[in-house]
Amino acid sequence: MSRIPSVLWILLWLVVAAPALSVQRFPPPEFENEYVIPSPTTPMPRSEIYQAADVVVLTAALLAASWLVLKKRSRRAIVLLMLASLAYFGFWRKGCICPIGAIGNISLALFNSDFAIPWTTAAFFFLPLVFALFFGRVFCGAVCPLGALQDIVLLRPIQIPLWLETPLRLLAWLYLLMAILYAAAGSAFLICRYDPFVAFFRFSANPAMWVISFAMLAMAVFIPRPYCRFLCPYGVILRQLARFSKLSVTITPDECIHCRLCENACPFGAIDKPTVEWPQTERSKGRRRLLLLMALLPVLTAAGAALGYALHSKMAMSHPVVRLAYLTGLEQKGLLKELPEEIKAFHAAGQSSEVLCRQADAKQRQFAVGGALAGGGMGLIAGGMLIAGSIFWKRTDYQANRGSCLACGRCFNSCPRHRLRLKRNQQPEKNG
Amino acid sequence: MTNRNPDKLYRRTFLREGLWTAVLTALAAAAAALFAKSRRSPAMVWQIDPLKCIACGRCATHCVLNESAVKCVHAYAMCGYCDLCTGYFVPEPKELSTAAENQLCPTGAIRRTYVEDPYFEYTIDESLCIGCGKCVKGCGAFGNGSLFLQVRHDRCLNCNECAIAAACPSQAFKRVPVENPYLLKDQL
Repeated sequence: MSRIPSVLWILLWLVVAAPALSVQRFPPPEFENEYVIPSPTTPMPRSEIYQAADVVVLTAALLAASWLVLKKRSRRAIVLLMLASLAYFGFWRKGCICPIGAIGNISLALFNSDFAIPWTTAAFFFLPLVFALFFGRVFCGAVCPLGALQDIVLLRPIQIPLWLETPLRLLAWLYLLMAILYAAAGSAFLICRYDPFVAFFRFSANPAMWVISFAMLAMAVFIPRPYCRFLCPYGVILRQLARFSKLSVTITPDECIHCRLCENACPFGAIDKPTVEWPQTERSKGRRRLLLLMALLPVLTAAGAALGYALHSKMAMSHPVVRLAYLTGLEQKGLLKELPEEIKAFHAAGQSSEVLCRQADAKQRQFAVGGALAGGGMGLIAGGMLIAGSIFWKRTDYQANRGSCLACGRCFNSCPRHRLRLKRNQQPEKNG
Repeated sequence: MTNRNPDKLYRRTFLREGLWTAVLTALAAAAAALFAKSRRSPAMVWQIDPLKCIACGRCATHCVLNESAVKCVHAYAMCGYCDLCTGYFVPEPKELSTAAENQLCPTGAIRRTYVEDPYFEYTIDESLCIGCGKCVKGCGAFGNGSLFLQVRHDRCLNCNECAIAAACPSQAFKRVPVENPYLLKDQL
């Protein structure tokens, strides 16, 4: 083959479109010597056995965490387990697979008939939930690598006041509903894409994610576990399940003596203080407020649904088909100066714009329904939070809030009853 | 709570127990449905359909790994073994030699070895390849298109949502069964 003249080169670059067509322009040679045509290598993915091993490790870690939190009651042991989990699920497995991100897989699998998830992913999603039903949020306390990373950088904790904490929790709800909507529609796995700690596990991320990651880590030095409490979508689910768990973390091993020593032990504001009975005047006021809030509930729900519906076409733009249809629309109007790669690829593939528009419209409708449902859900939850906040709950002892408690074990040592028990347990050893 | 009768079933306890059982049943049902579904279909991994790929170059920049999991693969059976390989040489090369100035590959990841006159073999050094697809574009434009991009599964983390798939302009990424994780161009 001789050199192709330069004019021809340029012509060819211009004429032949980008798609790599498998055209046999030059027939494969017939070699005279004994050259054997090699075949490309195909290294295989990680075997399923290792994925099963991950599930075994997760189960073992959850069992150990439950025992340490509820029976052994040792903060030091919990920290050790937490570090081991951070090393395994975080740095060794590089943050993938995790139950938080599995929300995306589960949503996609539930809403799409042609997408199935491996049993290991489903196990990762369901195991911590089942444990939460029995033992509370032991996953958050000692197994989750994201939680562990935030826990070890917590050096200067500041208490978040309750009036700020409750509305901030709505963010996590919003994140959860958006993540389900986007994953179910096949747009994006938001939780994985914006995971603020996976960058540290992999030592690689795009610049924007590095900024978010470091900002989140810096925040975690002062605000105790900001991701867990105000963003984590899996935490939202765990919180609801832990509310009525069979067993839960107790500050004291036996009885509360109202010494108030644990009052400041929890950086996450998860210790509920004993309540004082409301005076009669307050009661009638509270009852009126409750009625008002209950009337507000449907209003909030409707407003949320309307807002979600209004935003649906913006959200739908996250889907590649909708984006492509939008771009072809711009192209037809002659608004695109330079054709993006998407349009070039679309034309090269020779698909019809009508089919594309039909697909985009179907997606838009999905987002309209999903957006309204998510918005309505947010309204309902916000209303529910308001109502829950204005109901009088009778509490006689200091206790860990079942939903909020992250099972970190920080409060154990503040309790004199706990220390007394430790002392008693050590005594026989000394005598022997 | 101390003065409560332990044998009596209180309304709050009843509600809590009922809700607990209901949630556990729901979780079990959802898990069973998903497990049944996963048994019917094999585990999936990400792969590039080489017939859809336009070698735009985003594979090199959008993978969550700093050195992309996508690399160039050579389907030797389709190769013309050309002396003037348009996947190897820049347009209008000074001479057909292995000098860096003549090479299209930014990292010099293609090895050119003489087989017999006038044929040369081109091999990808995967430790150098960054998956930019420049050679793929060059080979597809003027040659047989025997060079193509593939997700290399010894490197791929098999993310939930492949970051490159989300950025791929021709939607060439798809999930393929784990037993058969490559879409080799000469076998399609």
